Amino acid sequence: MGNALHLENVTMQFGGVVSVNNLTLDVPEHKIIALIGPNGAGKTTAFNCITGVYQPTNGLIEFMGKPMVRNHPSRSMAKTYKGENADKFANEAPLSPTPDEITGLGIARTFQNIRLWKSMTVFDNVLIAKHQHAKQNVFSAVFRGNLAEEKRMREETMELLKEQGLDAYKDELAVSLPYGLQRRLEIARALATKPTLLLLDEPAAGMNPQETAELADFVRLIREKYNLTVFLIEHHMDLVMNISDYIYVIDFGSEIARGIPSEIQSNKRVIDAYLGTTDEEPE
Amino acid sequence: MKQKKKTFQIFIGITILLLFVILLENLSTFIPGLPQVLSPTSPLFTVLKKAAVYSLVAVSMNLLNGFTGLFSLGQAGFMLLGAYTYAILTVPTAMKDQVYYLFGGCAFDFSLVDMFKGMFGESGFGGAISMILGSFIALILAGCVAGLFSYLIGIPVLRLKSDYLAIATLGFAEIIRAIFQWQKFGPVTNGANMIKGFPTFSDFNITGPSGNVILRLSTFVPFLVSAVCILLIVLLINSSYGRAFKSIRDDEVAAEAMGISLFKHKMLSFVISSFFAGIGGALFAMYVANAQAKAFTSVMTYEILLIVVIGGIGSVSGSVLATFLYVACSEWWLRFLDTEVYLGSFKVPLLRNGFRMVVFSVVIMVIVLFFSQGIMGNHEINFGALLKKFQPKPERKS
Repeated sequence: MGNALHLENVTMQFGGVVSVNNLTLDVPEHKIIALIGPNGAGKTTAFNCITGVYQPTNGLIEFMGKPMVRNHPSRSMAKTYKGENADKFANEAPLSPTPDEITGLGIARTFQNIRLWKSMTVFDNVLIAKHQHAKQNVFSAVFRGNLAEEKRMREETMELLKEQGLDAYKDELAVSLPYGLQRRLEIARALATKPTLLLLDEPAAGMNPQETAELADFVRLIREKYNLTVFLIEHHMDLVMNISDYIYVIDFGSEIARGIPSEIQSNKRVIDAYLGTTDEEPE
Repeated sequence: MKQKKKTFQIFIGITILLLFVILLENLSTFIPGLPQVLSPTSPLFTVLKKAAVYSLVAVSMNLLNGFTGLFSLGQAGFMLLGAYTYAILTVPTAMKDQVYYLFGGCAFDFSLVDMFKGMFGESGFGGAISMILGSFIALILAGCVAGLFSYLIGIPVLRLKSDYLAIATLGFAEIIRAIFQWQKFGPVTNGANMIKGFPTFSDFNITGPSGNVILRLSTFVPFLVSAVCILLIVLLINSSYGRAFKSIRDDEVAAEAMGISLFKHKMLSFVISSFFAGIGGALFAMYVANAQAKAFTSVMTYEILLIVVIGGIGSVSGSVLATFLYVACSEWWLRFLDTEVYLGSFKVPLLRNGFRMVVFSVVIMVIVLFFSQGIMGNHEINFGALLKKFQPKPERKS
């Protein structure tokens, strides 16, 4: 099987600050891959580059073997660019799809700080994510020429909610749910966009150990059921070591290690990055 | 199905409302000796007509500000475009020289009403049909022109957010107003002078051969047009697109990440809102019986914004309710504050010309300070629940 996602020399520079530096990684199809690192390492920035929230300063992102995002430093950025490989993509036209186009290709995401639509019910939150795949236009929607499609969308939404155990809350406001269920609703909403690659940004943040353990099973379950590739950022090491097939570690924007969980656990640079460096301590 | 039943109920409700309006304005013809309030010249009908027009504009503004979260203040500009389109397209060709006498006639020698009169005949039933067809097509074209302009304006402007968008649209409305008053465009827009002579609401009254009114429809027509337009907006809001609009209002980043194209949906909402504002502007021109750029100032936009805020941002029924209350207060119920009153030789203090606006401002401040959610918040009137409140509660068995 090929790679669902491939990042090549991705660099994101804000002004003079390099948030993501020369990141190259592969996410093979149907695997669970984790991206970890200390706070401020640039993990979420990397996600934002993949989902189109930011356009990377330099680099190439391929999805399912096709170039999706591509850029090279130009204009004023060409002078101030601090990263490497500045000329690698200079001869190719930049590609910068908007986030909704990327979602349309089959990449869905959740957010670190939950971003549900607050004034809407649980049911509507999931239903809206189905809007992009609907074949209606604005006239057929207003004059109700799309009743069959609308009915199908509602049925699919109901199915998703049942599967996530959220059907009992379907008419409640999304913000009134307990924290763990809000996380789950966000995943349900992402699944409603029919993704092939699911990006989870700290799915276990704020969860207790039991909820975290349930989440691990849940992620595996949806991977099997929807034939998904999962790429996640996480701070709970138990969870990461438990579910990941492969782990990338970044610090200050650059990759410091990669490997299977057992390798990462014993990697000295990773331990240094998390616990502070030990080189300078007198022996 | 539940949804179908509800739609049917709304349809019946609107039909009853429209029939009631016809009955109300014709009551004095059939039953003489009714109180002054029901005579055709009573302020009641002025208020009803103006409120019907304003409620459409308020709901169109609510679609943009309340449901899509785009704070736009260009409504008066789009109303102006609608009003002028309607006026220019329907002034009878014979009237043009008289209306445009300063500019030696109109550059645009065409009238929809005359065109249909050529097809259906000048007078009698044919004349009525051509007037109705002509003015309704002109209404739709008025909306289309406003929608087209909003599309062009939207391309650069919709990249802006909140306050910046408000300033840009406000600026657009003022620029449009200035352009329409420009003497160079006189042969089309009649410069700063008003255009008149086009069909107004009172032209829809059915008259007998001697000119006496048989059936009054002058209040019914704005109600009918507004009701149909508002119904369309409600259908849009309750559709998949309406939900997408609300998701943009709630969280743009999440909406975009869930595959909703921000630009496409913002543009859609902007164009549709402007389309209905254009129709609203045309109705306003029919209401005041003239089209003049001077009338469509930013004050008008603020007035409508105020109605939307009072009614509740994100509530269609709230906007409609607030429009009727607002217009009734400003045109009728609070008028007494403007006239000096003497009780015997005692002059009641404070009552004089302009005091109405003082009271009005205080009322508005109180509403904004203490009822910041407006009358309805973001809920809609639920007639089923209202009825249940008045029904006797079933006894609880313990």
